[in-house]
Amino acid sequence: MSYETIAQNLVFGLFVGSMYGVAAVGLALVFGVLKVLNVAHGELLMIGGYVTFWLYTLLGIDPFLSLLISIPALFLFGLALDRVIFRHVVRLAGETKIKNSLLVSFGLTLILQNAVIQLFSADERGVQMSYSGAGLNLFGVALPYTRMLIMVIALVAILSLHIFLQRTYTGKAIRATAEDWEAAALAGISIQRIYLLTFGLGAALAGMAGTLVSVSYGVAPGIGLAWTLKALVVIVLAGTGSILGAFPVGLLLGAAEALSGTFIGPAYREVVGLVLFLLVLLLRPQGLFARA
Amino acid sequence: MLEVRDLVVAYGDLRVLWDVSLDVHAGEIVVLIGPNGAGKTTLLRTIAGLQRPLSGDITLEHAPIHRISMHQIVERGLILVPEGRRLFGGMSVLENLELGAFTARARQKRHQTLDRVFDLFPLLAERSGQRAATLSGGQQQMVAIGRALMGLPRLLMLDEPSFGLAPLVVRQIFAVVRDISREGVTVLLVEQNARLALDLADRAYIVEQGRIVGQGAGTELLANQHVRHAYLGYAPQTGEVTRIRD
Repeated sequence: MSYETIAQNLVFGLFVGSMYGVAAVGLALVFGVLKVLNVAHGELLMIGGYVTFWLYTLLGIDPFLSLLISIPALFLFGLALDRVIFRHVVRLAGETKIKNSLLVSFGLTLILQNAVIQLFSADERGVQMSYSGAGLNLFGVALPYTRMLIMVIALVAILSLHIFLQRTYTGKAIRATAEDWEAAALAGISIQRIYLLTFGLGAALAGMAGTLVSVSYGVAPGIGLAWTLKALVVIVLAGTGSILGAFPVGLLLGAAEALSGTFIGPAYREVVGLVLFLLVLLLRPQGLFARA
Repeated sequence: MLEVRDLVVAYGDLRVLWDVSLDVHAGEIVVLIGPNGAGKTTLLRTIAGLQRPLSGDITLEHAPIHRISMHQIVERGLILVPEGRRLFGGMSVLENLELGAFTARARQKRHQTLDRVFDLFPLLAERSGQRAATLSGGQQQMVAIGRALMGLPRLLMLDEPSFGLAPLVVRQIFAVVRDISREGVTVLLVEQNARLALDLADRAYIVEQGRIVGQGAGTELLANQHVRHAYLGYAPQTGEVTRIRD
């Protein structure tokens, strides 16, 4: 096997890893703050992909430009979902909360998937632009412009989120709520507003990931679950306390999958992620990036 | 200023507070003493809005607060410094303090309030960039009180501020509470250390097994036989009355 092949696969692994990362950070944000696992996160991603597809097909809008629409659209959709559904789930406590949040979000996946099938049919959709095939060639490794743009956009998004959470007042309030919601509430922070905003942000990140996925993979109504599971593996590997740590772990997973696909065999790409998942749960259950 | 009437609070089927009534007048320092598990923390948490009562009323300056949201309660000037400090450990001292000023009213004045907090606790000014989780217990208590002060409380509630702290530090904390009270903030304090609490208090209530079993001026209760035996460590003498009521 040539170095070029290995490098090529690794690079593509990182590209897909950046999408894993964005999807995972969205889920980690919601899970870390609301303490609710939104199983329908992948469906929000899927919808983001469809928004991009239809904007491209009907209006000719470039998919990367459509981010300006898919992100706010999914943000608003996320606000609506929190207001209508998840607001009631977060008020519950302990086991009831966990069970109900899983049940409710699973129901949501069914509703969203089937709504999309009804509206758009179950066909797989992809987006092909004029520049889809073009790219650089560096030391024999093909670097398509689309994939590089995806990576750059993902990095910018994660960096912006980092600055938002670390430097702005609202961002700090979100982190405080994630750490100790009672103390945050006692300090006068409006927990309802924080939850609403955070859910919207999580949905917006899912929508962004969906747009990026539509450009590189294509969308179909059924892709949600696979992406939710991927995101879940990433956040467990990163440690549930670490929201932004999910991004580098996403890259790591993408790279690990690519390398195992290259060296062991294409059928084993998915397996490595799950093996890592099990190893982390057994040996370091708090995750790779958890603080002591 | 604060009126609690016939408050009944339960955790599921377990009733914790039984028809509790108390008053806190503006400018006072009122203290709640009593054994562990008596319901003092539950009472403060219910007043702060963390817990919904089964029945009864809580009014702050004649407006009911037992059904409104927690951040509205803080907005109206009622702030609780919870048991166990409950700081945001991953964030710096300064960030913890700033987060206390979330409400619009407090955020406007936050620079002045921050100066005031650093005046009261000069140690915090030195350590403003330090991660809260790395502070000592006493320092954390200062941050917790500081955070509450950033919200511009009219009535400050403190749940066992002396817990786990060295006696010297406890005296510092209590001195600060006295200062805060002198500035016009009304104080409702729950304390295990009955002697210190009764010294500080204008008035005190005794809470036992979810009920108020006695009340009086701080000095009165310091002299009360039941209080002296149950909470101040005095041995009963023969012939002494040792119950507050029969």
